[in-house]
Formats: sequence, structure tokens, C-alpha cells
Amino acid sequence: MNGAGAPLSERKGMAHVSGTVQEAPEVVGGPPEQPSRGAMRALRDVGALLIRQREATVFVVDVLLIIYFGFISSVGRHAFFTHTNQITVTQLAAPIIIIALGEVMLLICGEIDLSVGFTYQLAPFIMFFLINDYHFPGLLAILIALLCGPVIGWFNGFLTVTMGLPSFIATLGTAFVINGIVLTTSHAQQESIPPQVHGIAHWIGQYAWAEITWAVILTAIFHVLLIRTRWGLHTVATGGNLLGAREAGVSVARIKYGNFMLTGFLGAFVGLQIAFQISIIDPTSGGFTPMFYAVAAAVIGGTAMLGGSGTIIGAFLGGILLAILTNGFSVIGISANPLPIIFGGAILLAMIANVQLTRLRERGRA
Amino acid sequence: MTDQQHQDPPAPSADGDVLRVEHISKKYGAVTALVDVNMHLERGEVLALVGDNGAGKSTLLKIICGFQPPTSGRILLDGQEVTFTSVRHARSLGIDIVYQDLALVNQLTVYENMFLNREPVRWPLLRKKQMRKEAQEHLDSMGIKTLKSVDLKVASLSGGQRQAIAVARSVFSEAKIMLLDEPLAAMGVKEGALILDLVRDLKEQGMSIIIIAHNYGQVFPVVDRVNLLQGGKITFDKYSRDTSVEELTEIVVAEYRKALEERHRAAS
Repeated sequence: MNGAGAPLSERKGMAHVSGTVQEAPEVVGGPPEQPSRGAMRALRDVGALLIRQREATVFVVDVLLIIYFGFISSVGRHAFFTHTNQITVTQLAAPIIIIALGEVMLLICGEIDLSVGFTYQLAPFIMFFLINDYHFPGLLAILIALLCGPVIGWFNGFLTVTMGLPSFIATLGTAFVINGIVLTTSHAQQESIPPQVHGIAHWIGQYAWAEITWAVILTAIFHVLLIRTRWGLHTVATGGNLLGAREAGVSVARIKYGNFMLTGFLGAFVGLQIAFQISIIDPTSGGFTPMFYAVAAAVIGGTAMLGGSGTIIGAFLGGILLAILTNGFSVIGISANPLPIIFGGAILLAMIANVQLTRLRERGRA
Repeated sequence: MTDQQHQDPPAPSADGDVLRVEHISKKYGAVTALVDVNMHLERGEVLALVGDNGAGKSTLLKIICGFQPPTSGRILLDGQEVTFTSVRHARSLGIDIVYQDLALVNQLTVYENMFLNREPVRWPLLRKKQMRKEAQEHLDSMGIKTLKSVDLKVASLSGGQRQAIAVARSVFSEAKIMLLDEPLAAMGVKEGALILDLVRDLKEQGMSIIIIAHNYGQVFPVVDRVNLLQGGKITFDKYSRDTSVEELTEIVVAEYRKALEERHRAAS
């Protein structure tokens, strides 16, 4: 059982990536419940899987929510699976997921980035200024706008790793500074998307399915990065045992700098996506909210805040969960006001599960 | 390098020394932690370094493993003078320090820990199958059989198993000299026996080992020679066949009495 544990989880994880999003309706029939002689054993295996694999738990919750909003609720039955609503859900989920990918890597190596939502705010303005004021070609402007993410990430790494500030404080500082830069340079005015980038804008965020497609692709890439590469292994080692990793010769500074830069890149990317999606460059978009949603998705998905553990697939499913909840409530016409209570509850439950299941697991395996 | 021509050359021995520490002193500001320490480690020998807290054991260890440079003195590895720039550098020259808790990452599996920072890669992916297989083979070859699987997370292992994995990893990295810092700390008798067996096996395979131990009685059966550190100096150097746990205890107790008397004198 133990011997097969790791590869199983990997295969399972990859199945989730391709399985959950576009094909959500089919997935509903997934869990095998038919009564047969193997039923008891199957049930027990499912139970064991739920305890061992955090992603499986979140996956089941996602499916249950889809069943509820899509089939059980009398209002939702007619509205939830409409084409428009499917796109709405994915457009809610995608930015949360993409930012969460970076936050998971950071949380695993023992850091957090509170500023990523402001990199999101800044990136489309950089693109706009380069095209409008400096007459850069569109593609180059987009590339530079994307690069501003890693640059901010590098600065966060500098403050955290080299200057020794706690990342919570360091990135809080950069968050406000970037916000100020955006408001000052834009005079707090919205801008429209320059015509030079209209073509590529479709591929980045304007096509209905563009965002979620990017989210799935990036999730797959980050999952492989975390599970299958030295970078991922060293990220876990850095967060799990900083001294030990350093002793073994792992360059923990490089790992932290790198993950801040990755997160910054993802923030800039999401910023461009949203700007293209809504066809407006808005100085009030982004901010702390998407970052907190992303951290919530990561935590719900099973990433511990203590470093050393976390899953990309979990964050993906956590992002889906938050999106379905947000959308489902509005679809079935319940006021969105109590929604934060449910979010808060979900985060707390997830965190309790994180802590308690980890204990259980460690005791069980000893 | 100032007090080089001080005192006689280090203890009796010949070219068999895999490691020699000559006239090592270490000062932290006004505090002197080591005073002109001479120590040698013979090839294939198990040397116990014992002494009270603050006697300089860990300072000496840190110098030998490359964690910090000495204030003066030199280190010879296989007769060649070396200056370690880092733990990593020392490790690359075959000196590896094994900490029980520091070394391993709880959240990683046994095989991932054993390969940490030496992972085989078929770019950009890790060769996990190869890692698993080689880690298992390596543990088998060392006779470490207490693990159910190399896929276990280190968090789920007992203290003895962890120490065994840490030692195995060190051997795996082709260390020639192994420094074990309190290898039996917080370990039961059975678990301790596992580690002592491991030390014996390693010695048979030609590894040279320095064991830092508080509880010298426990490690005495596997040790070839004992060095006692007192107040930053090595005051005692005997083969274990020429000494006994009792003799060591006497020395330590005498030191304890002296310290007590001094304190009384200072108080009055």
C-alpha cells in the first residue's frame, strides 16, 4: 500500500486536472457506489484515500457542490449548466487558481506573498504606458509587463531572504508601494486596451475559455514542477527543514527568490488576463482580495501554512470550490452577503483537517 | 597562525592518519573555546570525543566539518593541508557530519532524503524509480532492515530509524570520515543498539568515525580510542583497550569536584 502511495497520488492528481473543469457534468457519476461484493472494500478504500489524499476530499466536495447547484436546487437546475454560467464559473476560478499556484510554492518553502494582487494591478498599466507613451510594439510591451512580475518577485525575495524581513511584512510593504505607483501613474483613471494588442489579447484572456485553459495548463506545469523536479523537491526541503536543506547544500535562498519570482510572474499574467477579459485596465482591480482567495484556495486544498507541505492539485480544486460557491449562491438567488461566512468556515474546516489529518497520518504510519 | 611553534607535535601516530588537527585554537571575541588542540583520527578508527558541555566539543566539530574556520592552526586530510570554506566543501572532500534532527526533511520520503541535492535527473524530471531502487539497495547493503519502505515519509520514522537513514545517506554520499553528533540522543536501548551495530559495520567497511557523545558509557563498546576535552584542551587520549568507563568516570567526577570547589571558593 505504502509502496504504491506516491505514484498513485500523482496519477490521480493528473486525472483531476483534465477531469474537473470542462467535463464537470460527466464527473458527477464518478464515485462508484453500486452495491456489489466489492462494495464494502471499495468504500473502505475510498475512505482511506480521503484520509491519505487531501485532494480527494476537496474533489468530493467540489462534486457535491456541482450536484447540489446543478441538479438538486430547483433554480440552479435550469441556470447552473448554461453555457454562460459555465464560463462565469471558470472565469471566477481561473485567476484564483493561477495565483494560488505561486502561493502554494511560496507557502511550501515557508513564505507568503501579499503583494501579488498589486503586481496584477500594475502589469496591464506597464503594457499600456509602453505602448501609448513609448510606442513599443504590442508583443514586446506584453513581455515587459509580464517581466515586471518576476522583478517585483525578486525584490520581495531580496527583502525577505537578503534583508531578513518576514515575508508577511515585506510583501505587505511592497503591496502598498505598488498600489501607490499604480494610482499615481494612472491618476486613478481607467484606460482601454490599446488596439496594438487586440489580437494576442484573445489568446491570453479574451476568449471565453482562454483563462481556464491557461489555468489548467499552468496547474499541470506547476504540479510537475512540484512533484517531479529538483526545484519542487528543494522547495519542500527548504520549507520542511531550512537548516537541514542548507546543510545538504540546497541553495535555499535561490529557491525562495525563485518562488517569489514565479509568483510575481503569475500575478502579472493574471493582471493582463483580467484586463483583456473585461477590456479595461482598471487601477482598482486586483489588490488584496484575489491574493486572499488564492491563499484560501491553497489552504482548502491542503497546503499547510507552516511550510514543507502543500499540493498544486489541491489548490486547483480549492479554487474551483471557491468559484462554484460564489457562483452557485448567485445562481440560485441567495444573497451573497452570507457567503464570506461559508468561506471562513471552509478555510477553518480545511485548516483543522490539515492539522489533524497530518497528525493522524503520521501516527498511523509510524 | 601566531602560536605555531608552541608545544610538542600532536600525539603518537604515523601516516595512517586520515585526519589530523594541529594546534587548533578558536576564539569568539574575548572567549577562548579551544586552546591549541591537537587531535588525529586513524584510518578505519572509531574515536569518541567526550567532555562536558562547554568543553569545546561542538566547536571542534564545527571546525572539522567546515562550518566555521579556526582562529589558528591547521587541518590535514590524508596528510594534505586543507582549508574548508563551507560544510559543503568539507563534504565534497569526504568529511560528513550527521545530525539526527538537522539532517533530514520530515516531509520528504526516505529515498528523497537520501538523494537530497544529489538527485539523478533526466532533465527536467527526477528519476524517481532509480532513486527508489538505489536507496533501497543501499539500505539493504548496509543491513538496515527496520524500514517497511523507502516511500515512507521521514516524519513517520522513529529516532533510531532516522539516525540510521541519516548515517546511510552520509555513507551514500561517499563520505570517508563521518562525524556523528550525539548519535544516541533521546534513544531507547534497542534503538541505540541498532545504531551501534551500524557504526561497527561501517568501521568494518573502512570508514573512519568520530563520535561526539555525552554518555560515553553507551558508545564505549564500539570505540577504539577516547579523547577527552576539558576547558578547550584535549587532556586525555587513550585506546579504549587501555582504559575503561570507570577511569573516564573518575576523571569526569574529579573535574566536577574541582568545579564545585572553585565555585565555593568564589562564593566565599
